Amino acid sequence: MIVRKKICRIEFGLFSSKMIRKLSAAKIYTPNTYDEDGYPIEGGLMDPRLGVIDPGIRCKTCGGRLGECQGHFGHIELVRPVIHVGYAREIYLLLRATCRKCGRLLLSEEELKKYNPENMTKSQFNDIWERAIRVTDSEGSCPYCGEKQIKIKFVRPYSYYEGDDNLLVTDIKERFEKITDDDLKFIGIKVRPEWMILSCIPVLPITARPSITLESSDRSEDDLTHKLVDILRINQRLEENINSGAPQLIIEDLWDLLQYHVATYFDNGITGIPPARHRSGRPLKTIAQRLKGKEGRFRKNLSGKRVNFSARTVIGPDPNISINEVGVPEVIALELTVPEEVNERNIEDLRKCILNGPKKHPGAVNVITSIGRRRILEENKEEIAKNLQYGDIVERHIQDGDIAIFNRQPSLHRISMMCHYVRVLPHNTLRLNTAVCAPYNADFDGDEMNIHIPQSEEAMAEAEILMKVQECIISPRHGKPIIGGRHDHVTGVYLLTKKGVEFTRSEALKLTQGIIKLPKGKDKFTGKEIFQELLPRDFSIEYKGKLCKKCEKCLKERCEIEAYVKIKNGKLLSGIIDAEGMSGKLLEKLFVKYGSDVAREFIDNSTKLAIRVVMKFGFTISADDWKLSEKARKRIDELIEKAKLDVDKLIQEYKSGRLKIIPGKSLEESLEDYAIMDLGNARNLAGKAAEEDVGFNSAVIMAKTGARGSLLNLTQMSAVVGQQAVRGKRIKRGYYGRTLPHFKKGDVSAEANGFVTNSFSTGLTPTEYFFHSMGGRESLVDTAIRTARSGYMQRRLINALQDLKINDDGTVRGDSNVVVQFKYGEDGIDPMKKCYLEIE
Amino acid sequence: MRHRLVPRHEVLSKEEAEKLLKFYNVTKNEIPRIKKTDPALKDMDVKVGDIIKITRESPTSGVAIYYRVVIEG
Ligand SMILES: [Mg+2]
Ligand SMILES: [Zn+2]
Ligand SMILES: [Zn+2]
Ligand SMILES: [Zn+2]
Repeated sequence: MIVRKKICRIEFGLFSSKMIRKLSAAKIYTPNTYDEDGYPIEGGLMDPRLGVIDPGIRCKTCGGRLGECQGHFGHIELVRPVIHVGYAREIYLLLRATCRKCGRLLLSEEELKKYNPENMTKSQFNDIWERAIRVTDSEGSCPYCGEKQIKIKFVRPYSYYEGDDNLLVTDIKERFEKITDDDLKFIGIKVRPEWMILSCIPVLPITARPSITLESSDRSEDDLTHKLVDILRINQRLEENINSGAPQLIIEDLWDLLQYHVATYFDNGITGIPPARHRSGRPLKTIAQRLKGKEGRFRKNLSGKRVNFSARTVIGPDPNISINEVGVPEVIALELTVPEEVNERNIEDLRKCILNGPKKHPGAVNVITSIGRRRILEENKEEIAKNLQYGDIVERHIQDGDIAIFNRQPSLHRISMMCHYVRVLPHNTLRLNTAVCAPYNADFDGDEMNIHIPQSEEAMAEAEILMKVQECIISPRHGKPIIGGRHDHVTGVYLLTKKGVEFTRSEALKLTQGIIKLPKGKDKFTGKEIFQELLPRDFSIEYKGKLCKKCEKCLKERCEIEAYVKIKNGKLLSGIIDAEGMSGKLLEKLFVKYGSDVAREFIDNSTKLAIRVVMKFGFTISADDWKLSEKARKRIDELIEKAKLDVDKLIQEYKSGRLKIIPGKSLEESLEDYAIMDLGNARNLAGKAAEEDVGFNSAVIMAKTGARGSLLNLTQMSAVVGQQAVRGKRIKRGYYGRTLPHFKKGDVSAEANGFVTNSFSTGLTPTEYFFHSMGGRESLVDTAIRTARSGYMQRRLINALQDLKINDDGTVRGDSNVVVQFKYGEDGIDPMKKCYLEIE
Repeated sequence: MRHRLVPRHEVLSKEEAEKLLKFYNVTKNEIPRIKKTDPALKDMDVKVGDIIKITRESPTSGVAIYYRVVIEG
């Protein structure tokens, strides 16, 4: 039965000393834990009444065995009371709000009459607090007994002074005992304030601080036990000293030490006091440390847990498996299992698995019959196979075609976890098709990834329908493909589909073997004719590719550089296929029009074909690709020189006050903006000049088709590196009045402010190198900070949004059906599906 | 309050409010809230429990409509 009740409030309270004693199963009084024979001492911290941690022993309190008894609290009687550090602030406030003599709230009867203690608002509470505290702070007098109040000072973390005198904890406790329950109602305190002072402390059950036996059969105690031993020791010494009538000073010192130990027992990270340390010098992990932070109970064990049926290893590329597949090493396949119910269709296969046993690949580990679970062993496998019945469940090794969820951290978006079909392969890495690197942001420089094997039919179906790679081709972020051919795939199809590429039938067959079928009875194939075989027969699309120069008047299919792609009824009539085809508009339309199966097939086949093409043609870049002719070099030098002169001219104008100010900016800012603009333009022009000079070589092909690199990379390598920036401005920092001692003070020229005239191939001068490093360092620091900050933001967002969902009526609702948005995203559109609106 | 940065706030009539709650199948506890002292309601005559219709410009849909129930505060 499900009980649906609403929690209207949760109240946190405090235990009284009486309650602590009542809950206690044993009074703990001796710091010694074990006797000479190694048995726990009664009244020691390992008292057998506190629970069991050793197998075979029964609990002295409840009679339960290990696992049955969850442990029992004990208690320690403190000789002198101490402050509970968690309430130090509240104690300070209460001391100030109440009379030092009679303990009444420092607000007169008449004033209190204005309030109804049964129904107070937050601001009313604050009001009373403030006014009562003001009486003590201004050393006024009590409206009840007339006693003059004395200012109270709080020294963190737990000392209080009245005037110059140290307030003893016993005195504080006495005062708090005098505060009336009626007064407390006016300040919103629902517990007795003297409970904030500890006269005895609870001792956690030993199940919460188990000791571990090391190999050397020595016992190693939990940090909390160590801490409790400290408390007991000081407590004992304090008692001895009091009984022997030691001087007050010594007693107060010991008392303070007891306070320190009790405080660090709760929280060993309090500012203002040194953390208690282990003998080895390591700070002790006490109660607060167990809960707090990334390694604490909440984040480590409650929000996230370790799971079974998962594996992790280094990843590697495999262009021969489908994007829907993940290559799983055989060693991993031997460890991961799925439960499969026996029926008439799979009984023979499952028998074979059982006969293979747990150590040979398509094998099985357990069988669950009506009698119960049995492990499959070499000895009993034949018998189990023979007696296998319909309805039994076999836990067999994962095999080709099983469902796995593949994941790479940081899991920043939904496509960081996708569903793949298992493909058991030799060797030791998990393998994925390079077309799915983008959503995982994976590369193969040592990245590791995880797989998880769903264990029920429902889970498998859900993963397959919702998370399969082919269903994630369109990114929910921008509604365009995120999975698809890249890098060499793009180069490959470029080489294949450009003008004048022809193959004989046998060459064409070699390229397409095992990928696509070629039409019969044709002896010669152009590259385009081969490519179009990847497309459905009735597919038509026209688009401008990545190569397009955005000419003012588009020549369409007569475009000189073949940037205009026209496909009609499955025929590639014109245009070169580039990145826009492999993972852009072409793929998007395939997905929208024919569905995910066709899109997946296109990616699988086009990438395979493309790779064969690059391998057939060969594709190389070298330093020569960036070599410029004398003429071009001169032209570029002129451009840069001119830009520098322009900047000088700007400076002249600036000095003479003729410079035009950009609205909203100061004169100096305007000068900077103009300078950056001029130098930036110069770099663009230099880049153009370099591009013209180097012609259409491999590097340019890659940049222009969107395979890899950009024209900026090319410019920086061959023509000019350009202006370096720190904080979005030219480099201004460094020495007094100049950036480096190589320049004159007040030099405002381009070189002196971070403009790098050289290219990477001519080589940077020392000053240029320094400026370049400044810019480089800034971007490095920025990325480091950005990841840390966005990670934290991600955590907060996920925690806040995790249980929002979109209802059938389009509203976004949270817990218990509260409306968050009346229409999802204000327009009710799923970006992943928005392409259906745009195409046809 | 009229300003280009403040989206339009209007009070729904009793009938409209009922219709809205019925349409979304919600109670007043389940829709977003707005404090009675919210500056946007400054020169409007609203009572606790009234439903405010907010018409905003939206980058995704042009115009977006949101509803909030007035609460004490
Ligand atoms: Mg990497
Ligand atoms: Zn027990
Ligand atoms: Zn008094
Ligand atoms: Zn064009």
